[in-house]
Amino acid sequence: MELVLSTGIGVLTASGVYLLLRPRTYQVIIGLSLLSFAVNLFIFGMGRLRVNAPPLLEPGGVGDLVRYTDPVPQALVLTAIVIGFAMTALFLVVLLASRGFTGTDHVDGREQRGD
Amino acid sequence: MIEWLQHLLVLPILVPLAVAAVLIPIDERKRTLKGAIGFASTLVVFVVTMILVRLAAGGSPGTGVYQLGNWPAPFGIVLVLDRLSALMLCLASGLALAAQVYSMARWHTAGHHFHSLFQLLVAGLNGAFLTGDLFNLFVFFEMMLAASYGLLLHCSGPVRVKAGLHYIAINLAASALFLIGVSLIYGVTGTLNMADLATKLATLAPENRNFVEAGAAILGVAFLVKAGMWPLSFWLPTAYAAATPPVAAAFAILTKVGIYIIIRLHLLVFGAAAGASTGFGQDWLVAGGMLTIAYGAIGVLASQAMGRLAGYSVLVSSGTLLAALGLGHQGMLAGALFYLVSSTLTIAAFFLLIELVERGRDAGADVLAVTMEAYGDFDEDEEEEEVGVAIPGTMAVLGLCFCLCAVLLSGLPPLSGFIAKFALLHGLFDGSKADLAAATSPADWTYVLLIILSGLAAMIAMNRIGIRTFWASIEGTIPRVVVVEIAPVLVLLGACVFLSLQAGPAMRYMQATADDLLSPLVHSERVLSAPRTGGN
Repeated sequence: MELVLSTGIGVLTASGVYLLLRPRTYQVIIGLSLLSFAVNLFIFGMGRLRVNAPPLLEPGGVGDLVRYTDPVPQALVLTAIVIGFAMTALFLVVLLASRGFTGTDHVDGREQRGD
Repeated sequence: MIEWLQHLLVLPILVPLAVAAVLIPIDERKRTLKGAIGFASTLVVFVVTMILVRLAAGGSPGTGVYQLGNWPAPFGIVLVLDRLSALMLCLASGLALAAQVYSMARWHTAGHHFHSLFQLLVAGLNGAFLTGDLFNLFVFFEMMLAASYGLLLHCSGPVRVKAGLHYIAINLAASALFLIGVSLIYGVTGTLNMADLATKLATLAPENRNFVEAGAAILGVAFLVKAGMWPLSFWLPTAYAAATPPVAAAFAILTKVGIYIIIRLHLLVFGAAAGASTGFGQDWLVAGGMLTIAYGAIGVLASQAMGRLAGYSVLVSSGTLLAALGLGHQGMLAGALFYLVSSTLTIAAFFLLIELVERGRDAGADVLAVTMEAYGDFDEDEEEEEVGVAIPGTMAVLGLCFCLCAVLLSGLPPLSGFIAKFALLHGLFDGSKADLAAATSPADWTYVLLIILSGLAAMIAMNRIGIRTFWASIEGTIPRVVVVEIAPVLVLLGACVFLSLQAGPAMRYMQATADDLLSPLVHSERVLSAPRTGGN
């Protein structure tokens, strides 16, 4: 499980960074999205990987820490997802505005030779 | 301690947040009403922050920790007020007030929801200064940035959209780094509270120390992007020059938020009590800060437009502060704080002044004409609003303000720019050793050289632009300036003059702040041992 998660985070980050450095605005926004997925998984991983351990106490259950997983990273992930989602939507609007003004989807607003 | 006084602490966040929500449904055509509500809100925040500064300066125990949800510190979320955060709050709300008054002359008509976004920016700024834990810092940071994206794009146009695209992309990438850093630190230490983190670091197992330091370094990069350290700063001059003047003035404080967090975290977490991690990353701050000063100074000399000159001045100011922090002379800290206040006020005033001066020239007038065309409906109202008192001798007043800006930016006596740089250099050489050569390192001497040369660069650039604008103007048209627009510039510059006259008390406050910052465990103790209200 650790290997799968770390590979996943690594691949997402690498693809995200690669796309972020590309000259088209659409590639940039996909890159930023992939990067934020990787970050979300990373935050989740920081709560340690546990199977069959709920982050909440059950009513009447025994309050033994061994049976539960850390709830804080999960709360952080939720917040990060919401903020990341809003920012992606905002970026999309700016991207469209830029396309409308300049007539190109290059990040600098004009085509360059050799792209 | 009086009960209601305690709740003052949360007002700088709550008031603008609530007002921003109230302003959204109000019809965009009722601009005077929206402006008045927004102004009232910022004024309330300003008054509250003044009271908070007095409270913090008094240093009465128990005033500074506000437990949201009434849970004690490491478990619940706390807002923390100390001298540093009170100072930053006051500075931020003062700037916001000036920028908002300025915007009400005409700029707030150039797009939608200006005042809502502005209130959100104020709320996010205040939250970032007050919060006591890392994750809420992220939330307030995002709030501030989201509002700043909207404000940067305010008034629209191809230039702003292009600058906005770059600004948003780099800040989203920086936010990803921020989250990685925060979660890495949490994963190792199990806490997000800054005060708690400071106490835990000393007792950390050696194998975990690397993780915390890696997390702190990643977090630091995120803040340095915001603070504009070279080579993370290429976005800054373009974005600041593209923003509308009141927005650019408010942005003058945004880079200082990055600096504030670095001052806070660096001295709290990696202060004298951090064991093996003491002074982590200082060399990077020194090198980066000095390169930033050099890059900024070269940029200042190379700038043809005043907007870019101001943007590069922001970089010089950031670099000076970062390097001062990295050099680690304890005596410099008070001077650095004084410099922070003085340079922020100056740069904000300069950003506001630029548009007034350039209005008479073709380039500025063109931009404005295009804007007004894009929002054609407002044209007729615009005519009516411009019936203000046209100041006699407009150019004389503008020229005087420009001179003050030049003196402050280049750090010439007698104004606060000089006092700030003098305090920095005095702190540098104020070692206990009598022999200067032994007390100072080559890095210190380089820093002295860079500070003086950057002042020279600012003076040359300001002279050149001043002569071209005021003495050798080709068009000779006198810009129409309304009192509402020149008043905030005068107030900000007046604040600098006041700071120069009252340098003694101001420096005493800064020194007390620096002493607080240099004893991190006292701060931690105060936050962690704050009692719950209600007695149980």
